[in-house]
Amino acid sequence: MRWLFLIVLLTSITAPAFAVEPDEMLSDPALEVRARALSKELRCMVCQNQSIDDSEAPLARDLRILVRERLQVGDSDRQVIDFLVARYGEFVLLRPRFSWHTALLWFGPATLLIAGACGVFVLARRYRANFPRTNGEQEGLTAAEAARVSEILRGGER
Amino acid sequence: MIAEFGHYALVLALALALVQASVPMIGARKNDSVLMAVAGPTAIAQFCFVAIAFAALMTCYVRSDFSVVNVFENSHSAKPLMYKLSGVWGNHEGSMLLWVLILSVFGALVALFGANLPARLKANVLAVQSSIAVAFILFILVTSNPFLRIADAPLEGRDLNPILQDPGLAIHPPLLYVGYVGLSISFSFAIAALIDGRIDAAWARWVRPWTLLAWIFLTLGIAMGSYWAYYTLGWGGWWFWDPVENASFMPWLAATALLHSALVMEKRDALKVWTILLAILAFSLSLIGTFLVRSGVLTSVHAFANDPARGVFILAILVLFIGGSLTLFALRAPLLKQGGLFAPVSREGALVLNNLFLVSACATVFIGTLYPLALEALTGEKISVGAPFFNATFAPLFVPLLIAVPFGPLLAWKRGDLLGVAQRLVGAAGIGVITVAVVFAMEGGGPILVPFAIGLALYVMAGALTEIVERTGLLKVPLATAFARARGLPRSAWGAAFAHFGLGITLLGIIGETQWSLERIAELKPGQTISIRRYDLHFDGVRNRQGPNYRDLAAHFTVRRHGDVIGVMEPAKRSFPSRGTAITETALMTRGVSQLYLSLGDPNPDGSLAVRLYYKPLVLLIWLGAVVMVVGGGLSLSDRRLRVGAPRPARSKAALSPAE
Repeated sequence: MRWLFLIVLLTSITAPAFAVEPDEMLSDPALEVRARALSKELRCMVCQNQSIDDSEAPLARDLRILVRERLQVGDSDRQVIDFLVARYGEFVLLRPRFSWHTALLWFGPATLLIAGACGVFVLARRYRANFPRTNGEQEGLTAAEAARVSEILRGGER
Repeated sequence: MIAEFGHYALVLALALALVQASVPMIGARKNDSVLMAVAGPTAIAQFCFVAIAFAALMTCYVRSDFSVVNVFENSHSAKPLMYKLSGVWGNHEGSMLLWVLILSVFGALVALFGANLPARLKANVLAVQSSIAVAFILFILVTSNPFLRIADAPLEGRDLNPILQDPGLAIHPPLLYVGYVGLSISFSFAIAALIDGRIDAAWARWVRPWTLLAWIFLTLGIAMGSYWAYYTLGWGGWWFWDPVENASFMPWLAATALLHSALVMEKRDALKVWTILLAILAFSLSLIGTFLVRSGVLTSVHAFANDPARGVFILAILVLFIGGSLTLFALRAPLLKQGGLFAPVSREGALVLNNLFLVSACATVFIGTLYPLALEALTGEKISVGAPFFNATFAPLFVPLLIAVPFGPLLAWKRGDLLGVAQRLVGAAGIGVITVAVVFAMEGGGPILVPFAIGLALYVMAGALTEIVERTGLLKVPLATAFARARGLPRSAWGAAFAHFGLGITLLGIIGETQWSLERIAELKPGQTISIRRYDLHFDGVRNRQGPNYRDLAAHFTVRRHGDVIGVMEPAKRSFPSRGTAITETALMTRGVSQLYLSLGDPNPDGSLAVRLYYKPLVLLIWLGAVVMVVGGGLSLSDRRLRVGAPRPARSKAALSPAE
C-alpha cells in the first residue's frame, strides 16, 4: 500500500501547482465568494486533509467546478452541500454533520470541560472538608514561624 | 564498512540501554549505591554509541553511498550538501534514528547535570529514560533499519522529495523532536517519583526546567513548521489542523499545562497528583504523535492494516508505556500526600482554571484527530474532521482562557482578591475595549467577532505588561528607578510577562491574516500589471535558472507603491529532473509585519502565466509571537531559582521590591 500513498503524493505534486485557477472563477463576485466559502468546507477526497479550495489535485478542480455549476443553477449553499453528500457521502464534509455517529465528536470537548469543572469542584470541596477549618491559619503564626519570617525578611533569602 | 559500523554501534547502544534500564533500578530498590551509580556513565556511553550510529548514517549520505538502501531512496549525488545532511532525517528510518539520538542526549544531560539529584531519583529517572531508548532502538533495528544494503549498488539515488529540499527540513524536525522527546524527561521523573512513592516541591523544581526546555523547542519547532508550510505550499496557509500538525500541537498544549501546574507544585506543594498525571500525559501524547505520523495509520486505516509491522510495533510501545505508566499512577497516586490548601480565588485557582481549559483544548484536538480513525475502525463509516470543525470547537475553548490569562500572575497565592485584580486590569481592559470600538468603526460594521478578537489580543498583551508596570512603578517613579527595579525583578516574572505578551501577539497575527488577507488570482502576460492594496506588480517576463539539481522557471515582477519602485519579486516553478516533479517557489516581500505573497501556476500556451497574489496583513506576528513566547521561556529558564543548587542571591530582595 506504500506505493499507493506515493502515487497520491506524487500526483499531488506534479499536478498544476494551483488550487483555484483563474478560468474556474465565476464572473459574479457574490457567487464566487459563496463558492470559495463552500470550497473551504469540502474535502478533496484523494488528498490528505485538504479542502478542495487548497488542493491542486484534478479531482478538487472538478469538485470546485461542480460547486460553481450548482451555484449558477441557483442552488442554495445547503442544497449544494446536500447534493455533494448524496453523491460522495459524508466523507466529503470537513465539518461532519451532527448525527448519532458524531455526537461524541461534537459534544466530547464540552462534556469534558464540564466534567473537569465538576471534578475540580467536588475534589476541592472534599479536600477542604478534610482539613480542619482553621481560619487562624491566616491570622496567627507560631513563634517558630514568626522567627523564621523575620529571619527571611532580614536575610533576603527567598 | 561505515554502514555496518553504524549498525553495530546501534546494537551496542541497545545493549547499554538494557543495562541502564535494569541495573540502576535494582540498585535503587536494594539501596546499593554502586549499582545506582551505573546509570550515569552508561547514559553517556549510550549517547556516544547512538551518536556514532547517527554520524555513520550521515557519512553515508555525504558520500552518496547508494549501496545503502536508505541513501539510495532519499538522496542524489547532485544534491547540495545541506540537503544531504538534512536528508538523513527526511525519511522514516533516519527520523527515528534522530528521535533516539535526542532521547539519548537528554539522558546524557541528566547524567551530566543531575549531580545534585538524590541518588535514588537519578538512578530511577535514568533507568526509565533508558527503557524508552530500549523500545525505540529495538524498533529501529527490527522494523526500520537505516543501514540495510542493496546487493547491486545503483549508480544514482532517487533523490529526496523536492518539497523537503528546503532549509526548513534542516531546522524544523530537529527542533520539534527536541521538544517531543524532551518531554520524556518529565515522564521519566514522574515514573521515578511513582516508583519511589515520594514526591515533593523539590521534585517540581527539578522537573520544571526540563519541561521548560522541551516546551521552548516544541514552540519553536511548531512555529518553524508553520512558517515552512506557509511559504512552501503556495497558497499561504500556515495551519491546517492536519493530523500531523495536531500530533505536535497536543503535546504542546499538555506541556503548557504541565509548566503551569508544576509552578503550583513547586511554590505551594499542591496539585501533585495532577502534575504527575500531566507529565505522563504530555509524553504519552508525544508517543501517540509519533505513532500517528510513523505508522501510516493516517494515510488510511487500511494502509496500516496491510503493512502492519511498524504500526503494530509502535502500538505495542504505546500500550506498554502509556498503559504501564497509567497503571503505576493508579496504584501509587493515592499514596502521595497532598499539600497546600488554597481558596478558589487565588493564583493556584487561576492555574487550575488554566489547566482545565488547556487540557480540554488538548482533548478537543485529540478527539477530532482520532475520531475518524476510530469510527472507521469500528463501523467502517468514513467521515472527515478538518479545519472547519477545529475552528468551531477550539476557539470557544480558548476565548475564556485568554480572558483569564492576565488575571493569573496578578492574583496572590493561597487567597486572591478578584475585585482588586480586576481593578488593576482596568487599564488593559480599557485598551481592549477602545480597540474593539476603533476596529469596529474602521471596519464600518461587519461581524463584531473581528474587532472583539483584536481587542482581546491587545487586552492580553496589555494585561501581560500590567504586572511589570506595577512592580517597577513605571509611569509613577522616575525612569531610572523603574529601570533599576525592572532589573531586580525575578526573571520568572519577566518570563511569564513575555510568554503571555507573545500569546497576544500571535493572536493578533492570526486574526489579521485570517480576516484581512487580500487575494488576487489572474492570468498575466509579460508587460501586464496586477494590483493589490496600494501595491502594483509589473510582470517583466520569465527566465530560466539552473540550480544544482533543479531548473527554475522564474518570473520577474517589479513592485511599485504609489509609483515608486520598492523592490522585485521572483517566484518560480522549480522542476527536479531526478524525480520528474515540480514545486512552486513562492516570493515574499516583507512590509513591516505584513507580507506580499506571490506564487506561480503553470504557463499557458499563449504565453500568459497564472499567478496568485496575496496581501497578508500582520502575518509575521503569528511567528513573532511564538518567538516572544520562547524568549519568555528562556528568561524563566535562566531564573536562578530554577537552577538546582544555585547559590543564594547576592543582593537583598527586600531592597528591590517596590515600595507600595
